[in-house]
Amino acid sequence: MKIVESWLREWVDPALDTNALEHQLTMLGLEVDGVDEQGDGLDGVIVAQVLEVEKHPDADRLSVCKVSAGGEETVDVVCGAPNVIAGMKSPLAVPGITLPNGLKLRKSKIRGVVSNGMLCSAVELGLGEESDGIIALPDDAPAGMPLTEYLGLPDTVFDLDLTPNRGDCFSVLGVARDISALTGSPLKSPDIAPVAASTEDTLPVEIPLPEGCPSFAGRLIRNIDPAARSPLWLVERLRRSGLRGISPVVDITNYVMLELGQPLHAYDAARVQGAIRPRLAKQGEKVTLLDEKEVIVNDDTLVIADDSGAIGLAGIMGGLSTAVSDQTTDVFFEAAFWPQAFMAGRARSYGMHTDASLRFERGVDFGGQGRAVERATELLLEIAGGEAGPLVHHVAESHLPKRDPISLRRSRVSLLLGLDVEDEVVSGVLEGLGLTVRANEHGWDVVAPSYRFDITSEVDLIEEIVRIHGYDSVPETTEIAASPLRAVTESVVDLDLVSATLVARDYEEAITYSFIDERSNAAFAVNGSDLILSNPISSEMSVMRSSLLPGLVSSASANTARQQERVRLFEIGKSFHGTLEMPEEVVRVAAVACGAAVPEQWDIATQSVDFYDIKSDLVAILELAGDTTDIGFRSIEHPALQPGQSAAIVRGGHEIGIIGKLHPRVAKNLDLKRDAYVFELDALQALISKAPIAQPVSRFPVIRRDIAVIVREDISGDDLVQAVAAAAPEIMRDVRIFDIYKGPGIEAGLKSVAISLILQETSRTLTDDDADAAQAAAVQKLRHTFGAELRD
Amino acid sequence: MQALSELVDAAATEIDAAGDLAALDAVRVSYLGKKGELTARLKSLSQLPAEERPAAGQEINRAKQEVMGRINARREALESVALEERLAKDAVDVTLPGRGYSIGGRHPVSRTMSRIVRIFQNAGFGVRSGPEIEDDFHNFTALNIPENHPARAMHDTFYFPGGKLLRTHTSPVQIRSMVEEGAPIRIIAPGRVYRCDSDQTHTPMFHQVEGLVVDRGISFANLKAVLHQFVEAYFERKAELRFRPSYFPFTEPSAEVDVLWEEGKWLEILGCGMVHPNVLEAAGVDPEEFTGYAFGMGIERLAMLRYGVTDLRTFFENDLRFLKQFR
Repeated sequence: MKIVESWLREWVDPALDTNALEHQLTMLGLEVDGVDEQGDGLDGVIVAQVLEVEKHPDADRLSVCKVSAGGEETVDVVCGAPNVIAGMKSPLAVPGITLPNGLKLRKSKIRGVVSNGMLCSAVELGLGEESDGIIALPDDAPAGMPLTEYLGLPDTVFDLDLTPNRGDCFSVLGVARDISALTGSPLKSPDIAPVAASTEDTLPVEIPLPEGCPSFAGRLIRNIDPAARSPLWLVERLRRSGLRGISPVVDITNYVMLELGQPLHAYDAARVQGAIRPRLAKQGEKVTLLDEKEVIVNDDTLVIADDSGAIGLAGIMGGLSTAVSDQTTDVFFEAAFWPQAFMAGRARSYGMHTDASLRFERGVDFGGQGRAVERATELLLEIAGGEAGPLVHHVAESHLPKRDPISLRRSRVSLLLGLDVEDEVVSGVLEGLGLTVRANEHGWDVVAPSYRFDITSEVDLIEEIVRIHGYDSVPETTEIAASPLRAVTESVVDLDLVSATLVARDYEEAITYSFIDERSNAAFAVNGSDLILSNPISSEMSVMRSSLLPGLVSSASANTARQQERVRLFEIGKSFHGTLEMPEEVVRVAAVACGAAVPEQWDIATQSVDFYDIKSDLVAILELAGDTTDIGFRSIEHPALQPGQSAAIVRGGHEIGIIGKLHPRVAKNLDLKRDAYVFELDALQALISKAPIAQPVSRFPVIRRDIAVIVREDISGDDLVQAVAAAAPEIMRDVRIFDIYKGPGIEAGLKSVAISLILQETSRTLTDDDADAAQAAAVQKLRHTFGAELRD
Repeated sequence: MQALSELVDAAATEIDAAGDLAALDAVRVSYLGKKGELTARLKSLSQLPAEERPAAGQEINRAKQEVMGRINARREALESVALEERLAKDAVDVTLPGRGYSIGGRHPVSRTMSRIVRIFQNAGFGVRSGPEIEDDFHNFTALNIPENHPARAMHDTFYFPGGKLLRTHTSPVQIRSMVEEGAPIRIIAPGRVYRCDSDQTHTPMFHQVEGLVVDRGISFANLKAVLHQFVEAYFERKAELRFRPSYFPFTEPSAEVDVLWEEGKWLEILGCGMVHPNVLEAAGVDPEEFTGYAFGMGIERLAMLRYGVTDLRTFFENDLRFLKQFR
């Protein structure tokens, strides 16, 4: 909402300069989003009259004008505007000044013709955002007068970012009321006296649905001068408020709306057939609106109808068939109160949003219809003449919004604010805002005025009190909270620790979008998901990810495209599964690595990252949870992973994640041009932990025995280790594979695996015989289970 | 026969002349070995008269001790030189980088979120979370935003077919937590939120931290205190705050909080207010018995101010050259 300072000061004029006023508006909750100071830097711009226009001898698009600046003398000015004509009045900038757009004016020759200044457009003068030529000033503009004086500049326009509860502030009057309440400076209503009727003529109005139209004011004005023009002050105020002047009738409806907050509509009375009748639309009824668009109306929407059918959408936009034109001589002004219940969401359902619908949705003063029509009538008679009929005002009291007394307890004010507010301040503030206040035993009974739709309960009143009394007046009081100590759990590993671990292993944390494109999602999803947004930003961001990996791999790909050779990224975030009725969200930890395993270095041969590099990173996370004996890796096939280099991570029989090499086809689809390795874990499942239970440390020495066996290539290391461990479970402390060999000396399809057995007793020193027995048992077990041969 | 002292002097000269451990050992053998000269002297004691033997013996032993001492001192010196030579060969270029990899870094948004969470945890706030795919009730209705409320239009909500939506703020966690735990309650809820808006200053996904305190006698003055303390804790400096009236359907009074920044500019950093009685009621808490405050802040905004990030969108581009600055 744009508020023009000079206009506002006509209604309330506190002893505050522009900056202080801006500050106060913001501190009232009417946030000032922008301040446009108009008319600065226009010294040296005067009203001038163009006397003669001739074509420039050397340039088709230029004219040479003889311009009078009021005195006897005329000056020659070269002008490029297409709309320059002899006789017009326009602003002239004289050489030596700098215009608001930065243009420095000098007396200069333009294609051989001397130009003694410039006729200016609105853009050049900082008075508009667009223009299609030089400004045409009214014919009665006095040549020679400084433009700022003529236009009443400089002036400031505050752009207010109003919150949805303050529909009452969509007007100069509304803002003035708040300023008045805050500063105590009195509200000065311009006189809006009833205009006496000079004819008895009127249009019939019927209100078949009073709950939809509890207040309807109208007035017929006949025989206006269709050639009348809006006066400069009116057009200027509209312009500063962001509206264009169109015709006196339309300008007046806009003006009154901006001033009083009551949207008005003007009909060409001659084109209305029969009575004006606001009613609910018939389903599918059609109406062509002022913007010449045809709307098919639903039966939940109020229309204005006459005998021909719907002639406008109530509170949204008038219809074309009864619109005023430059031929109109008989005007019917309408100011109605359309209740919020009949307005909410309606405009939007037709893809519309108008100044009127905005105001009605937020609530318009239901006591202001008559006043608005009087104001419009007064202005129209002044500008375009005519004879006014009587004011027609239908009011259905019982359907007007209720303003029940609200009980305000003194104790609640101080409790909620943490501040004792004196009684006189409470009543003073509320009365200053136009509320009716009556003291009672516990505090007050308060009734909100007809223009406030946001005051229905006690807290609404308390908010008003502190808003006007000042948020600054509330002290800062640290609460005394009972804060019992809480458990620091060891039943699950903290995700911060997971991050720290991956960071310590040279991964950068990424945050990727929760919605991705369907194809990438499908590439990684084992089970499809139907969690697809109805209104995505783009198809690239349309489906809720069922894995973090597509996003991470895309990020890796983008980084490699930026010459980052080595990429290691991780993310902790949710993936989404299940159905629309029962969506499930799973916190996951995922990582991607590509490029060198360690950064290129002076003493390490550069080697690409491989499966076992990221497996160690993954296992580091798993080990945060302590005991990993129930965790295993099982070779799997996965749509996004390369067969033979992909595994499921299994814990207690449940799959809790995957690890592997990204399938080259998938990598290619995501524009990743190198081998990448990934893993992803269900964080909750992977990080279940418990407090460790310490075991006594054996005081007895360990014995190490190494064996080497030859087995089939496809027998997994894990199986071998488990078999060995099971061979002598009482004394087998640890079993490790320390070498794997394939190649010359070993038959194809077989491999040699070297395994060390770490043996120890807790109660005595092991003998060589014990160790021999354990080793033999291990070899026996391997032979028996896998057909392993001991390697010489 | 040579005087004992001369013998010791001769030995000392040879010891000092010994250039390495082998030469030194040869000297030792020649004086103290089985056939060494001092050994021979000791052996010859038996030839002296019995009454002279003790004194002579003492003298020879003293000489032997001295030679021994000199040999040991020389050996240590030679050993030390040898060690140093060996160590010198082992010298490394200490300026070359260490082997292996260095460390990565946390994302600035996570880092910021972590700090915020820690600040509030230290003050006894519990941490809660809620679903990101929400229903209309928790995201709007229970927060005093009924259907067709104009505030809904401000939210630019992402919807799914059938009416579920992506939460537009972390405020639904207020409702879920109060329903589950009742009052008193003292929590924060960090997480991802979504709005259907994408331009230079908006990303369709961002992060918020919600705070909620409901107890007997909680006031706006308490809210002002906690947020002032938070801002100072977060920026690690004194800060001037400005609370100005605003509007959120779920709080009343509502405020936006500005912090005084460089060049005297007020920057908006968060929104807050006293929990609306309708919200307490929707969550089954008696608004006559309990009052509370709530606040919500955009984590990206706080991260931008703290770390001098000027373009919101860089947070989600995951450019390593950007991310690597946060370690």
